[in-house]
Amino acid sequence: MDWLTQVRWSPYAAGAAIGVLSWLTFLISKRPLGCSTAFATTGAMIRRLFQGNKAEQQPYYRTIATRIDWQWMLVLGIVIGAFASAWISGDFALQWVPARWAAAFGSAPLPRLLVAALGGVFMGFGSRWANGCTSGHGISGTLQLAISSWISAIFFFIGGIAAAFVLFGGA
Amino acid sequence: MNTTTVPANRRRELLWGLVFGIAFGFFLHKGAVTKYDVIIGQLLLQDFTVLKVMLAAVIVGMPGIYAMKRLGWVELQPKAGSLGINVIGGLLFGIGFAVLGYCPGTLAGAAGNGYLDALVGGVAGIIVGSDLFARVYPKVRGGIQRWGYFGDLTLPRWLKLNDWAVVIPAMILLILLLFGLEMAGL
Repeated sequence: MDWLTQVRWSPYAAGAAIGVLSWLTFLISKRPLGCSTAFATTGAMIRRLFQGNKAEQQPYYRTIATRIDWQWMLVLGIVIGAFASAWISGDFALQWVPARWAAAFGSAPLPRLLVAALGGVFMGFGSRWANGCTSGHGISGTLQLAISSWISAIFFFIGGIAAAFVLFGGA
Repeated sequence: MNTTTVPANRRRELLWGLVFGIAFGFFLHKGAVTKYDVIIGQLLLQDFTVLKVMLAAVIVGMPGIYAMKRLGWVELQPKAGSLGINVIGGLLFGIGFAVLGYCPGTLAGAAGNGYLDALVGGVAGIIVGSDLFARVYPKVRGGIQRWGYFGDLTLPRWLKLNDWAVVIPAMILLILLLFGLEMAGL
């Protein structure tokens, strides 16, 4: 059972396992793997705490789940599954600043947190605008050969590569 | 509608979501894509782990989904799109991908891995960004998002070809792309 405690698998093995998982989610849950809408669902739940049902009557929130649903549980499960894999392989570590960030921009947590939050804003906004993310479009949509997903996945990487070179260009 | 079976169905659906999520998170961690350094390495074209994980998932997932479609076990769920939705949204997402250094799924995985920049900064940002979109949605959905609308087309339907006439060449092309990456030492 060494494979369970290995920190890292071949990317092909991990990817193939995700491919098989996608068969099962389609077959059993009739749903493709996707993650980003769960964050919008969370936003709707938070707004409901403050505004009651007013938030849910907004046009966008009428198009998505505004209560805990399959995908929200999927994302919660990802946290648990990644934790389990990290823990049993001795790779779990509380860390504020990733090594590569620290090498380029220093090891202070606050700048990293602020930039992560700013990146998150773009990602949240962009994934809702594109109607999917690297899972929903990048894996589930491309494997269905959906045109919307192939275009999205290609532009995720075009935007991401350009922005990464701007950020790390001098580093 | 039977009021006792509905909650039971819902519980079952949520439980499956959790089970599939645990498996997904486990594989994302084993694939090393819960790590900022790996994702930034991909976007700087130095480490192709992210692309390898994604393409392997597509190469394995695609024939299974299309075989199950053929057997009538599943229905495809392609998302409707347009150039305004997918090009502009894709680019905005891409900026977030590089600035945050995680994507929505790997962000959750990074949180499980113990990475607090993901759990604290990333999660807050993505929720705020999603809500910002909800606020502009009424203004963009009928305008810029309609630009270049093509709907929920798939490649086989667009090309008017048999599914397998696209699935098999697509698999071969993606496998060749991975071989090319390995040959190039990436």
